[in-house]
Amino acid sequence: MTLSAYLALALILFCIGLYGALTKRNTVIVLICIELMLNAVNINFVAFAKYGAHPSVHGHVFALFAIAVAAAEAAVGLAALIAFYRSRKTVHVDEANSLKH
Amino acid sequence: MSGTDIAFFLLALAAIAGGVTMLQLTNVVHMVIALVMTFFGIAGLYVLLSAEFVAVVQVLIYSGAITIIMLFAIMLTRHHTDQRERQTTGGVWHKAVAALSVIAFGLAVYFGIRQLDFGADGSALSGDNAKAIGKSLYSYYTIPFEIVSVILLVALIGAIVLAKKDGKGAEDE
Repeated sequence: MTLSAYLALALILFCIGLYGALTKRNTVIVLICIELMLNAVNINFVAFAKYGAHPSVHGHVFALFAIAVAAAEAAVGLAALIAFYRSRKTVHVDEANSLKH
Repeated sequence: MSGTDIAFFLLALAAIAGGVTMLQLTNVVHMVIALVMTFFGIAGLYVLLSAEFVAVVQVLIYSGAITIIMLFAIMLTRHHTDQRERQTTGGVWHKAVAALSVIAFGLAVYFGIRQLDFGADGSALSGDNAKAIGKSLYSYYTIPFEIVSVILLVALIGAIVLAKKDGKGAEDE
C-alpha cells in the first residue's frame, strides 16, 4: 500500500471525528470524537514512520507520546464532565452556557 | 492485488464503518462499543505498518482503558435516558453547515495528500521494532519520556481533585 492510502484513511477518520465533535450533544461522545481525531493523527505518524522520507521508529515514539497525552486528556475531560454533571445535572454541551447569559 | 492490500481494505472498512455507525446510533453505550471496532481496525493497520508495539499499546489503551473509562462516565452521569430526545446540537442548518465545512476541509486536505509519495518502499522497518523503540525512548527521548510521566501524574491528581465532592456540595446533597 502507498502512503497516500493511509493518509486518506486517516483524513476520513479525522473528518468523522470532527463532524461528531461539532454536532453531537452528549459531552462523552464529543470527548470520544476528539479521541478519534487523535487516533487519525497517530495513523499519520506511523504511516510516515514507514513510508516517509526517512523511515525510522521515531514516528512510533511520537505516536506513543500522543497516546499518553490523549489518555491524560480523556481522564481530565471526564473528571471535568463529572464535576459539571454534579453542578448542573446534565451532560449536554449546549446547556453549559452559564458564561453566555 | 496482494494480501496486504486486501487486509488494508478490510481494516480500513472496519475502522470507517465503526466511525459512521457511531455517528448514526442514538444509544450512548452503543456508540462507545461501535468506536471499539474502529480502535481495533486501527490496531490492525498499525500491524500492517510494521508497528506491532504501537498496535498492542492501541489495543491496551484505547480498546481497553479509554473505552472502560468512557463507559464509567456514561453510567455515572446517566439519570434518565430518553431515546427520543435530541442527540445533536442545533437544528438541520447547524448540521448542514458543519457537514459542508467538514467535507470542504476534507477535500482541501485530500488534494494535498493525493499524490504524496516519498519513494520509500517500506522495507526499512521490519522485525525488532519494540527493541528499537525502547532504545530510542531511553536514550534519545529520555527527557520527553520523563515529562510524559509528570503529565500522567498531574492528570491523575487533577482528575481526582476535579471529580472529588467538595465539602459544601456534599452537605447540600
